[in-house]
Amino acid sequence: MDETAYITLKDVRKAFGPKKVLNGINLTVPKGRSLVVIGGSGTGKSVMIKTILGIVRPDSGSIAIGGEEVTRLKGKDRDQFLQRFGMLFQGAALFDSLPVWENVAFGLIQGRNMGRKQARDIAMEKLRQVGLGPEVGELHPAELSGGMQKRVGLARAIAADPEIIFFDEPTTGLDPIMADVINNLIVDSVKRLGATTISITHDMASARKIADRIAMIHKGEIIWQGTARAVDTSGNPYVDQFIHGRAEGPIQMEILKA
Amino acid sequence: MNFLANLGRVVLALLTEIGSIVLFIKDALVQGLTPTIYGRQIFDQILKVGYNSLPVVGLTAFFTGGALALQIYLGGSRFNAESLVSTIVALGITRELGPVLAGLMVAGRVGASIAAELGTMRVTEQIDALTTLATNPFKYLVGPRILAGVITLPILVGIADIIGIMGGYIVGTRSLGFNSYAYIKSTSDFLQVDDVVSGLIKAAVFGFIITLMGCYHGFHSKGGAQGVGRATTNAVVSSAILILAANFVLTSLLFSE
Ligand SMILES: Nc1ncnc2c1ncn2[C@@H]1O[C@H](COP(=O)(O)OP(=O)(O)OP(=O)(O)O)[C@@H](O)[C@H]1O
Ligand SMILES: [Mg+2]
Repeated sequence: MDETAYITLKDVRKAFGPKKVLNGINLTVPKGRSLVVIGGSGTGKSVMIKTILGIVRPDSGSIAIGGEEVTRLKGKDRDQFLQRFGMLFQGAALFDSLPVWENVAFGLIQGRNMGRKQARDIAMEKLRQVGLGPEVGELHPAELSGGMQKRVGLARAIAADPEIIFFDEPTTGLDPIMADVINNLIVDSVKRLGATTISITHDMASARKIADRIAMIHKGEIIWQGTARAVDTSGNPYVDQFIHGRAEGPIQMEILKA
Repeated sequence: MNFLANLGRVVLALLTEIGSIVLFIKDALVQGLTPTIYGRQIFDQILKVGYNSLPVVGLTAFFTGGALALQIYLGGSRFNAESLVSTIVALGITRELGPVLAGLMVAGRVGASIAAELGTMRVTEQIDALTTLATNPFKYLVGPRILAGVITLPILVGIADIIGIMGGYIVGTRSLGFNSYAYIKSTSDFLQVDDVVSGLIKAAVFGFIITLMGCYHGFHSKGGAQGVGRATTNAVVSSAILILAANFVLTSLLFSE
């Protein structure tokens, strides 16, 4: 598979008021590959993928997908651009006014004008893939457990077989067995559909399973990136501390100093 | 100096707010009210804004019509003008009290619920999720609500007019001793189409104000449950004030001849 960059972030910066969150992110993902982003809480992982989608507007820098600059897309062009994406939000972000199956089918019905019946069949199939039966389809999101909501969010993200998928902590809040089912599903989306994915996770088991490449973000900068295998021999003290989950190390030091 | 600095800050904040409302109106009109049209959403909102407000608006109109009849009768008797009751009730309700009271009641009911709903959707990232599903939130959420407000408020006020006049009629004939036929005749003799139409125009403007403020404050809410609560309050207070201000402006425009 060709390894030229498909998603490219160059020197992307974003501050909320005085608070600098992204301090010049440089990142590339080849087409059909799976990138996993790791990093401590509050380091800007979620903000970073939101800038790619245009939900958060970066202050400066360039974001290109397939060579096309996307930060200034508007109106119809933007809708068309977003049709190529699927996104699982960290908090699932399900529409609580709609039943579960309509949540999953939303992009098909509203975005692609598919008939409700056909969209519903697809939604039920996607729900099955994330381990939820058809009876769940009729419930409302508020009636589900946190882990179930996450899986519905995942089903919604992959429902339209998008070309690019972002998963914000897909396995957080799931039991280890269900987490592995979800890992397999993500691997499968990349292999079978040829999707390009960026996943954010704190779960190293999941990262090792789904990643082609891993990038570590710290204080709004990518401080290391490499192949999934190289993560164990990175020689980077931040990465080592993170993957081994040690309280001592450069990251903790900064917390103590502050 | 300190005073000036504070004053400057308040003025700046106010101007920023006005600017952001103007931008929101532009997006609401340009994006929200142009195709794609979400028929199902519009229908849902018409039910929510209009149909569900009927009891509140109807009761308000009925009691106001009744009270108005009593007041005019008592006040009018001081200079032997009791006979004006039916006319003044009809004019007062159609031109002024119908639209204003219905507007205020709907602002409390619908404006608050729009702000709370969209505010919750904002803080739980549902609005962002809409965007990522290639659905423009202005088209899917804002447009249908504003449209529903502009369409249903005149209808509500039309109904309120009838119920309010009926309230006056019931009080007039049951407890003030008016002759039923004479009461209806003087109402229909003096009430003009313009009176009713001016009230309905006001109602459409109020419908726009209420739904716009609900959507605006909901869209811009941040910071969890507290933020949503603040958005709700702001939506109701700002639409109430804007309704009263717009009522004054519209009254002077509509009756300026
Ligand atoms: N809309 C916003 N307004 C202001 N600050 C924000 C906003 N969104 C995020 N932030 C700030 O940006 C920083 C990074 O947030 P982000 O959600 O990207 O963290 P994260 O790396 O995803 O963390 P976690 O692993 O806990 O999800 C946080 O300190 C947060 O307070
Ligand atoms: Mg996050």
